Amino acid sequence: METKKTPLYNEHVSLGGKVVDYAGWFLPVQYEGLVAEHEAVRNAVGLFDVSHMGEITIKGKDALAFVDYLMTNDISKVVDNQIVYTFMCAPDGGVVDDLLVYRFHHDDFYLVVNASNTEKDYKWILEQKGSFDVEIENISDTVGEVAIQGPLAQKVLQKLTKTDLNEITFFTLNRSVDINGVECMVSRTGYTGEDGFEIYTTNDGIVKVWKDLLEAGKEEGIKPAGLGCRDTLRFEASLPLYGHEISQEITPLEGGFKYFVKLDKESDFIGKEELNKQWKDGLKRKLAGFEMIGRGIPREGYEIQKDGMKIGHVTTGYMSPTLKKNIGNALIAPEFTELGTEVDIMIRNKPVKAVIISKKFLKK
Amino acid sequence: MKVAKDLLYTNDHEWVKVEGEVALIGIADYAQHHLGDIVYVELPEIDDEIAKEDSFSAVESVKAAADIYMPVSGKVIEVNEELIDDPALLNADPYENWMIKIEITSKEELEELMTSEEYEKFLAEEE
Repeated sequence: METKKTPLYNEHVSLGGKVVDYAGWFLPVQYEGLVAEHEAVRNAVGLFDVSHMGEITIKGKDALAFVDYLMTNDISKVVDNQIVYTFMCAPDGGVVDDLLVYRFHHDDFYLVVNASNTEKDYKWILEQKGSFDVEIENISDTVGEVAIQGPLAQKVLQKLTKTDLNEITFFTLNRSVDINGVECMVSRTGYTGEDGFEIYTTNDGIVKVWKDLLEAGKEEGIKPAGLGCRDTLRFEASLPLYGHEISQEITPLEGGFKYFVKLDKESDFIGKEELNKQWKDGLKRKLAGFEMIGRGIPREGYEIQKDGMKIGHVTTGYMSPTLKKNIGNALIAPEFTELGTEVDIMIRNKPVKAVIISKKFLKK
Repeated sequence: MKVAKDLLYTNDHEWVKVEGEVALIGIADYAQHHLGDIVYVELPEIDDEIAKEDSFSAVESVKAAADIYMPVSGKVIEVNEELIDDPALLNADPYENWMIKIEITSKEELEELMTSEEYEKFLAEEE
């Protein structure tokens, strides 16, 4: 498949972004540098192009019931203009995708899904339709999206709109926000562990919004931010990345995200039976945080051992730019996940000591 | 991309500075630039004997880990300990901040490396 360009591709190139192929899209890993961009988001404000994300709409009389059937979270509790984070599972409990569900109305939902899964999700959702009276559409190619993230995000965005952003509370949205002449949908959401907004509009509109935000945020030290720091930021904030902490093979319960799996919700949902069984029978592996004691940076895929026996693997690991520590997530047998347990991370075939810590690395 | 004069280079962007029977080894500007912010350097032990093209070090940025290979076979006689405490020195000046000092085992192997002029041409073709 040919690598696609987001509407902001030319902006990335002109800003000196190091552009790579990510999930079938040309996107910048970094501009000025990963650490500088990471720190800008933690301490001030950063701007991400997230136009690669997929958008799927589900409309019609049965939209609420259908979305509730697809998702592990309780969609019936969501009100108009509210957003919920959820998993969409297969019957075996494996994760088809993790996503945000935007409820516009009981018969009108908007799903924001991972770029790498958009086609798969769309196909999956169509297959589940059965007799539900819904219309499903993949509108990804018509939507441009940016995320403005950081403690100063609101201050910068507020300069460009008359809408009082205080009214857009955490995980709610406003579908009609005028940003310096461009009609946008704005939600207070993100993937960094900081305050911030995600802004959706047309492919043409998003270019103006991007430029206007970079200009408006100069005083606050806004930086364009790449995929590199998107990953370190979400990792520090304990947010999962599909394919790492959760996947078709790793259930949300194993990933430690039971909060978003409403096993006791009244209606049936895909995967409910198997996930309930897994929970009752006890998990065979579980996600835990760890910190290196010995020298070395843990990386995704590194084997984890205890007394020379393999007990699991690293799902994500970094020298955390905020904490300045070498930390990671480990998917390991549950008996080793107790805080303080010492394990060995196999770094270049050598065991290096690490200790299990809380996976809530960032304490805010 | 900066290329320091009077050094020998490999295709993998390591450099060698020959001083008689010993040599200093480091990474080229191209390598540090492509790695980004370097946050970790692993160095060999003194007296390790390492063959040409075997890995002698791992250099890691926030994003990635890269193996660094021996440009020539040799015995490690000194390592630059400063890099352990301050890996970013490799970003700041990769030619000033050598990584290891070796006793060269076989000087003939040096002939297989690129001169700075040849390396400049190689870089131009890489881009």
